[in-house]
Amino acid sequence: MYDFKYQKAASVADAAKVIGADGEAKLVAGGMTLIPTLKQRLAKPSALIDLGGIAELKGIRREGNAIVIGAMTKHVDVANSPEVKSAIPALAELASHIGDPAVRNRGTIGGSIANNDPAADYPSAVVALNATVITNKRKIAADDFFKALFETALGSDEIVTAVSFPIPEKAAYMKFPNPASRYAIVGTFVAKTGGNVRVGVTGAGPCVFRWKEAEAALGKSWNGDALKNLSVKADGLNSDIHASSEYRAHLIGVMARRAVAKAG
Amino acid sequence: MPSVTLTVNGKQATVEVENRTLLVQLLREHLGLTGTHVGCDTSQCGACVVHVDGASVKSCTLLAVQAAGTNVLTIEGLAKGDELHPMQAAFRENHGLQCGFCTPGMVMSAVDLAHRNAHPTEHEIREWLEGNICRCTGYHNIVKAIKAGAEAMAGSR
Amino acid sequence: MADTGIGAAVRRKEDFRFLTGKGNYVDDINRPNQAYAYILRSPHAHAMVGKIDTSKAKAAPGVIAVFTGEDIKVGGLPCGWVVKFKDGSPQHEPPHPVLAQGKVRHVGDPVAVVIADMKAQAKDAAELIEVDYQPLPAIPTMEAATKSGAPLLFENVPNNICYDWAIGDEAAVDAIIAKAAHVTKIEIVNNRLVANAMEPRAAIAEYDFGTGEHLLYTTSQNPHAIRLLMGAFVLQLPEHKLRVIAPDVGGGFGSKIFLYAEECILTWASAQVKRPIKWTAERGESFASDAQGRDHVTHAELALDKDGKFLALKVSTQANLGAYLSTFAPAVPTYLYATLLAGTYTTPAIYAEVKAIFTNTVPVDAYRGAGRPEACYVVERIVSKAAQELTIDPAELRRRNFIAKDAYPYQTPVALAYDSGDYFATLDMALKAADYAGFGLRREEAAKHGKLRGIGLASYIEACGVAPSAVAGALGARAGLYEMAEVRVHPTGSITMFTGTHSHGQSHETTFAQVISDRLGVPIENIDVVHGDTAKSAFGMGTYGSRSLPVGGSALVKALDKVVDKGKKIAAHLMEASEADIEFKNGAYTVAGTDKNVPFGAVAFAAYVPHNYPLETLEPGLDETAYYDPKNFTFPSGTHIAEVEIDRDTGEVKLVNLVAADDFGTIVNPMVVEGQVHGGLAQGVGQALLENAVYDAESGQLITGSLMDYCMPRADNLPSFTVGTHVTKCTHNPLGVKGCGEAGAIGAPAAVMNAVVDALNAVGVNDLTMPATPEKVWRAIHRRLAA
Repeated sequence: MYDFKYQKAASVADAAKVIGADGEAKLVAGGMTLIPTLKQRLAKPSALIDLGGIAELKGIRREGNAIVIGAMTKHVDVANSPEVKSAIPALAELASHIGDPAVRNRGTIGGSIANNDPAADYPSAVVALNATVITNKRKIAADDFFKALFETALGSDEIVTAVSFPIPEKAAYMKFPNPASRYAIVGTFVAKTGGNVRVGVTGAGPCVFRWKEAEAALGKSWNGDALKNLSVKADGLNSDIHASSEYRAHLIGVMARRAVAKAG
Repeated sequence: MPSVTLTVNGKQATVEVENRTLLVQLLREHLGLTGTHVGCDTSQCGACVVHVDGASVKSCTLLAVQAAGTNVLTIEGLAKGDELHPMQAAFRENHGLQCGFCTPGMVMSAVDLAHRNAHPTEHEIREWLEGNICRCTGYHNIVKAIKAGAEAMAGSR
Repeated sequence: MADTGIGAAVRRKEDFRFLTGKGNYVDDINRPNQAYAYILRSPHAHAMVGKIDTSKAKAAPGVIAVFTGEDIKVGGLPCGWVVKFKDGSPQHEPPHPVLAQGKVRHVGDPVAVVIADMKAQAKDAAELIEVDYQPLPAIPTMEAATKSGAPLLFENVPNNICYDWAIGDEAAVDAIIAKAAHVTKIEIVNNRLVANAMEPRAAIAEYDFGTGEHLLYTTSQNPHAIRLLMGAFVLQLPEHKLRVIAPDVGGGFGSKIFLYAEECILTWASAQVKRPIKWTAERGESFASDAQGRDHVTHAELALDKDGKFLALKVSTQANLGAYLSTFAPAVPTYLYATLLAGTYTTPAIYAEVKAIFTNTVPVDAYRGAGRPEACYVVERIVSKAAQELTIDPAELRRRNFIAKDAYPYQTPVALAYDSGDYFATLDMALKAADYAGFGLRREEAAKHGKLRGIGLASYIEACGVAPSAVAGALGARAGLYEMAEVRVHPTGSITMFTGTHSHGQSHETTFAQVISDRLGVPIENIDVVHGDTAKSAFGMGTYGSRSLPVGGSALVKALDKVVDKGKKIAAHLMEASEADIEFKNGAYTVAGTDKNVPFGAVAFAAYVPHNYPLETLEPGLDETAYYDPKNFTFPSGTHIAEVEIDRDTGEVKLVNLVAADDFGTIVNPMVVEGQVHGGLAQGVGQALLENAVYDAESGQLITGSLMDYCMPRADNLPSFTVGTHVTKCTHNPLGVKGCGEAGAIGAPAAVMNAVVDALNAVGVNDLTMPATPEKVWRAIHRRLAA
């Protein structure tokens, strides 16, 4: 690791000011991706601004027909939250399978979505549940938030403060993990909310995406069989020693069918 | 250099470290608590697991400065003198260790599991160990040990 | 002493320190005024190395010294075994420098060392070293390395072939195959593995200017061998000025047998900079520098008569040695491989040829099983394939060809003579434990849920307890393979035992103490076993090849015999009886036929306080040393049975059951033996389903260079195992023991792959290479269903 300056932010405004002024500074939330990256010397930030001390960023609450999760809420707390478990059990289940227990005890939802790792779990839920990402500046619709590989709509001094998930009628997440890293090779989140069906796919491409043909088919008939004749094109999907793009394309369908079955 | 004050195994310590110093380096190199091990560089093997404020974390994936003000428990703080903690005793009784290198992290993970789930099933134990790699035991006896250790902990409450 | 003697599941003496964080691994040790080393490694698989500019690094904060191959004028890393070409000429043995000399040959090849006050400073400074690399085409595969006109790793090694060796009569085997009723053919890839002991390699070197003594702490399975090889061949240091300590070592699995560049660099450099120096590998360095395992490509043909009797086996193997000859590398794909190709069968004619090839990859050497898993895989895969082709039950085909129970000693056509065994017993035991008879119902049940279920057997044999020195010497070993034991009885009757073997998970501190407790009647808590220090144990060849108990334990028994015999003389004097009338049992000397007795402790006391003692004929003291050279290899054997279920949609293979029935001879500690089997099984399953070291065919980069891509078995990949043992005693060592450390890794890969192929038979697939990863399995199913 290269050395850097370290600062514990007192408030969101405080953190925003620092990263706005120093383009080389980085925010650290749970650090579960950032610190391994630093250990490999793959990044050389001038400073780390630690969001860990900002109480207002933590917590889970129900707001009308939505569950709002503070950005610094840990995966373990989402997984165990009675509110999440009763309102969106699929989201609690997704959180309960991110990384491993030690990762879930540190990793946060805000850190995960702001990093937008192509194999992270949360982005699929954000997209499929049509969540709203709340920042210190604005509210961003899920479809507008995830831009490309490790790229989001966040501005240089913009910080995720919470994510608001509308409560669906049905939802489920199925992950096919990379056997070595245990990140998603393919993760498919299906959700039916207010009659609308959305399918978020992570792991398969450079960035989370919606499988719109599946959404249309499931909109007509909420049944895994509705997906049987659909296929995803392998072009543009990720390919590595663990899974070719063709295999990933196939798995999207399998995981989607299984998720629909699991959602009931 | 920044100075970090934290509580380790019940004792307060203040240590001067670089910002880039990891918690595991603080423990091993500054406090001489070498029971916590480093087995990988990608935050996967779990040999470095300790408890921070009661939760298991990988001390190789936490900066020492981030741990300021926390309460850290390492493998050295688990036994009461010569009397092994029930989970340690269960590892010994069930031959849940061979070379001993992954053992401190395994035991600390296992204790965290038992705190959260007093009667874990074999399946739950195997899933919980996703972040702890052992190359010696094939996990068979580790799983047995954790089951027995969790029951012993539940029984002693 | 049944509770702590031979056969008792004694809880381990070593556990308290490991469980309380008091283990003492190399990286836990710090020496006063210690500096840190960082090794700069080649980013290229194959390149000429021009000028290396270290000036900026030398000026960096905290840096004490920077050395390159130009500075360190020492010998190269030696190879401990010579294998010959078919024509009798010796293998090519190209130089293996500790720091690059003008050329690098694999990613990770050491180029320079930076020594600094702090570890991070050394690593920071290494980034400032400018190396003028002129990249050459990389040849990471055996295919590329042997293509005509391929670039050469070493100018004087034509075609990159280290040796082309053979055993057996090719013409005779060909003649049998030509006339056979049935010939089964198979192509096999034995995937390359990374040992990945959880403790990364580490070393601390220190030089004492007062005494001229070098001290090296290192993560080794055999400190005496490191002292000999490094002292005599690399640094020209005499043994009495070089002490090597291998303290607690966090697993080895073969990878910590060998002499490595870092040990030599540190020992040399610590005298240059006049400070102790520590180096600890990062896991990424382990991937780039620890010797790797397996990596064979094989074509095999098995000839059978119309009744399924094996007539002949012909095997042609290419073995990837990597970029340099590691310490024992030449022996692994030859004498530890081809000599096991008879397996547990009466196959009368066998021919095997092995071409060993240099490539731009990390060197390959022994990894748990070393050669024997590769042999078992060839034999047990082809036997199961033959069973399928002939529609004979695979258990029945094995039974028809097993060596009979009364046929020992049994001379195989490939040099080895098996002393004992009962393959029928372990097969039956495994079939019963696996409910083989009930498999059909389970397969039907799985099919109802859309799953493919398969069952697979492997009836392995291995040659352990390496090895009779004269035999090893005749086969090209440059070392003896005996073992040493010293039993030091203290005046009050407590005991310190010194062994030349090394425990890095194997539990010697407990099992050796059990052997002593059993023989001398001394409570186990009064016995300590010391290993891993050349200044404490007189000599020894270390731990590998499941040799510690068969060879080291035999030395121990010999030393105990000497102790008991000397004690008899003392007891005879104390009881004023004739030595011939003295018996030793239950911890006391008695005069036969009387109730006169003197406890062992009193005899020990008399030996050290010899007031009433036969000083004219007997020396004081009770401290005996013995060396034991094995009379033969030992031959553990058994049957492993795996059962798998395959998800047709994803190709995932779930291992649902794994049974091991093994014959290890006498069992000293069943708990420890089971643990050894479990660990071996997990590594075998890893090879079959998860693990694979993959190099980029163009660049020679190790794609699976971290745990993010190299798939280690986790708890949730494995079921609980069912293990059991059947005992036929080894006939030629005093304990009757055979060794148990490697069995799991030998039998399991073939059992699991036979199960996978059995499951896939349902969709017309009859072969698959390891590891059976989801995509590979899915493609196999998909291709067949599409066709």
